[in-house]
Amino acid sequence: MSRLTLDTVRHVARLSRLALTEAEEEATRKELEAVLAAMDAIAQVPTEQVEPTSHALLIGALWRADTVRPGLTNEEALANAPQARDGSFAVPRVIE
Amino acid sequence: MPIADFQPVIGLEVHAQLLTDTKLFCGCPTSFGAAPNTQVCPVCLGMPGVLPSLNAQAVRFAVRTGLALGCRVREQSAWSRKNYFYPDLPKGYQITQFERPICEGGALVVDAPSGEIRVRLHHIHIEEDAGKSVHDAEGGASLVDLNRAGVPLLEIVGEPDLRSSEEAAEYLKALRDVLMYLGVNDGNLEEGSFRCDANVSVMPKGSKTLGQRVELKNINSFRFVRQAIDYEIARQVDVIESGGTILQETRLWDTVRGETRAMRSKEDAHDYRYFPEPDLPPLRISPELIESERAQLPELPRALRQRLMSQYGLAADVAGVLTSDRALVTWFEETAALTPDARRVANWCQGELLRVLKETGTSLQALKMTPAMFARLLQLVENGTLSQNAAKDVLDEMVRSGREAQVIVEEKGLGQINDEGAVAAVVDEVLGAHAAEVEKYRGGQQKLFGFLMGQVMKALRGKGNPQLVNRLLRDRLEG
Amino acid sequence: MSTELTDLSLLELSNRLSEGTVTSRDATEACLRRIGEVDGTVRAFLRIDAEGALARADAADARAREGARLGPLDGVPLALKDNFLQEGRIVSAASKMLEHFVAPYDATVVQRLEGAGAVLLGHVNQDAFAMGSSTETSAFGCTGNPYDVTRTPGGSSGGSAAAVAAREIYGAMGTDTGGSIRQPAALTNTVGLKPTYGRVSRYGVISYASSLDQPGPLTRTVADAAAMLQVIAGVDEKDATSAPHAVPDFSAHLDRGVEGLRIGFVREHLGDGVDPEVRDALLAAAEAYEAMGATLVDVELPYSRQALATYYLIATAEASSNLARYDGVRYGHRAASPEDLNALYARSRSEGFGPEVKRRILLGTYALSAGFYDAYYVKAQKVRTLIRGDFDQAFQKVDVLMGPTSPVPAFKLGEKLEDPLAMYLMDVFTLPCNLAGLPGISVPCGFTGGGLPIGLQLIGRPWDEAGLLRVAAAYERHAPHHRRAPTL
Repeated sequence: MSRLTLDTVRHVARLSRLALTEAEEEATRKELEAVLAAMDAIAQVPTEQVEPTSHALLIGALWRADTVRPGLTNEEALANAPQARDGSFAVPRVIE
Repeated sequence: MPIADFQPVIGLEVHAQLLTDTKLFCGCPTSFGAAPNTQVCPVCLGMPGVLPSLNAQAVRFAVRTGLALGCRVREQSAWSRKNYFYPDLPKGYQITQFERPICEGGALVVDAPSGEIRVRLHHIHIEEDAGKSVHDAEGGASLVDLNRAGVPLLEIVGEPDLRSSEEAAEYLKALRDVLMYLGVNDGNLEEGSFRCDANVSVMPKGSKTLGQRVELKNINSFRFVRQAIDYEIARQVDVIESGGTILQETRLWDTVRGETRAMRSKEDAHDYRYFPEPDLPPLRISPELIESERAQLPELPRALRQRLMSQYGLAADVAGVLTSDRALVTWFEETAALTPDARRVANWCQGELLRVLKETGTSLQALKMTPAMFARLLQLVENGTLSQNAAKDVLDEMVRSGREAQVIVEEKGLGQINDEGAVAAVVDEVLGAHAAEVEKYRGGQQKLFGFLMGQVMKALRGKGNPQLVNRLLRDRLEG
Repeated sequence: MSTELTDLSLLELSNRLSEGTVTSRDATEACLRRIGEVDGTVRAFLRIDAEGALARADAADARAREGARLGPLDGVPLALKDNFLQEGRIVSAASKMLEHFVAPYDATVVQRLEGAGAVLLGHVNQDAFAMGSSTETSAFGCTGNPYDVTRTPGGSSGGSAAAVAAREIYGAMGTDTGGSIRQPAALTNTVGLKPTYGRVSRYGVISYASSLDQPGPLTRTVADAAAMLQVIAGVDEKDATSAPHAVPDFSAHLDRGVEGLRIGFVREHLGDGVDPEVRDALLAAAEAYEAMGATLVDVELPYSRQALATYYLIATAEASSNLARYDGVRYGHRAASPEDLNALYARSRSEGFGPEVKRRILLGTYALSAGFYDAYYVKAQKVRTLIRGDFDQAFQKVDVLMGPTSPVPAFKLGEKLEDPLAMYLMDVFTLPCNLAGLPGISVPCGFTGGGLPIGLQLIGRPWDEAGLLRVAAAYERHAPHHRRAPTL
């Protein structure tokens, strides 16, 4: 029985902004299913009383003084941009 | 069911830009109006390899705000990533606080015309702002400016305790005043440094079940708050009345058309995949920081208003105008300390002083006139040297030149003639020259009093003390 | 002649630079010649900055002549994994996505290395975005293992390991998220050190999984690794997860031996799936430590069996978010004439990312998505707590843990590329260390009958790199496998 449907794969691909062909969708489904099956090992571990760890070692966050630092010029900021216009990054028209 | 049978329920989420010099996670400046993409660095551009570096001042401002609003400040809060794709969001996620925000609870009490409203706060959290996309006229492209990306925001999430658009606007004004008093926000709606989203729902009056709420975005003036909410209330009632259901959606307030419409860009907004930001350890707030911020808390607008009313006997509306600007209250109190009539000072502050500041485009901070000088001007009104009208002219001149009232009065000969002998001589002279009119007055044509009064004032070149002229003239005509 | 100079270890070269018997220009040119001779076969280098390197070498020589060397790294040629940003240079994370990306700033590690006078010679190959264990997911071709170029040098820092092993360079920077420094070191007879999480700034290092990534050196000797760590370690205001802890002298205890130390032997790591020759080499190393005066203690890490699943859920979740910035807008690959914004995103990303990167983004997105977040991501974070707990308990009894770095020696190129799970198993012994944030090192531990290197992994207490290096150096003195150079 498949636990991962093609719809789920499409949803995840859409959230990830990855375009998959139909063949890739099915291949991805099978592959992710196999990987997820291996990941299932942890489902059996009892963790009711366990706090999650998001950071390996608890270090207090460093704070920075509120002082202006030099940044990039407009030219430097856009130097790697595939498309730029009028000092800005250009993208296909955004519809709100 | 008519619209009056529905109860609107409104909760506001306010985004206030924190008045820091630099962005939340990098050293770029936060000032408004720079050319596109000139206040950016690798961090706020979301370049490969960059990491966030937390601005301490933003944290202090958040703590200060939380304390002022009676929130519980968490000893340890956490950062989260909110994941979505959008051109103005360089990293593909926004760093925000989700599960454990820095402040929880608290409330703001608002004195609205309809009475006192207590708006409970759900929480306050810190997050980074996004950039801005503008449409390019030619070419069908959008242009992305990331100057705003990473600017620190405080999101103040209120409970749905508001029941009308008017209450919403009053709450917003009161909250804005508090933030400005705290020095954490400049209150500028036009530049977007204080903006709000509104969650609006309607339910039949008397119902206990809240209706489906709709989120309204892009409300950037107090007027639009009322318009957008009223429009949305009417729209929701229409939908329900015509048998439809309200959809859970995000709608944009269109200021040009004066209507709300569904936002396409939020189509998959329901799955932001929040998770703890691994690049930032949890945020720990020390008791020392909380105490130091608590010790520095200023008197807040509502308490100050109440004190002005009880201490100086000011009317509520006058106290309200004064407290809309903390600097004006300081000016008032400094002046009032030097004059016997605090109410006169208050009236002049809220009236003539604000007028002349507006006309000359000056701020209190830049004013050449000191409160002491202002007090001496009002003294000249008090002792009758200057009429109200003449004092206004003198005030204009003081603001322009920074000179003392007395100097201006003498130079322009503006002082009132209060010398009874001198005024009496002129009165006698005028009565002598207008014997016919005096005869008619005494014969019952009382309206000629004004004519004679005018002749005396004319002879005194307008500087006669009006009360004195009036009394002497009446004495002679009746006597 | 050139071979002789490049055969020196980093510190041996450094001593000669101090004495003035060798110049940095000599060493840099020797490296360039060596690269010219063997890199056609090894394929470690993606980009070489000969001109810049020689200029920096000359500057280092000028300092040396004035007796003003900046320290042990001054004038020493080093290489960077292709995920360390160096201003003005292309840095691509071995991906098509960043093929033409010119770094606008320096990574903190790069600044510190250059500040110490190191001669950065170029960027070396890796798995794309550090996702892989064989350097085969690179968009620019695979790298060969200098001990058998038909085999993998490991990954993801395979280019760094291969370049160091091939005597093309004296040391190289790598990054380790689940074993990406230690596993390639094990497969190439080199030393690979993953410092404690937070010891070395990650600023300017292209992220894979933020809570696990840690930069570290690959060198030919333990002392060389200590010398490099000394320069790159320490708090950095630009990395909020870098630790404000004092940086000790990492070389201070290298000669102290292991007498009186307690070494935990992780027996579970010699079980099924471990190559018999790897097992034998490890047992021999354990005996050697006992002979040197250490006490061997059997240690269990019961939750480390869950490490693989825990690691892949956490790492891919973080990666799915870290790699969202590659959207074709500000830099990187952009699809030609996309019809709308979503097409721009989806096509640019699909064209710019390779299959393994896409696989991990999809897995990570799934693990974070509504409805699965608690079952996968939060669950993994909780098991992560248990894995840390295992180590906390172990370190109450012992000073250092030992086991194999990799269950098998270098495998054939292409052998596991089509089987992600088999590939993921290559990291099974290294990734618990990342989940717990601990320092770990791989040191040469001998060879198989076929001449393939074997690695010994040591894991230390948090912030105790000095102790870890001490234990590693003792074994290196006892069994100097590192001297066995590859035949190329």
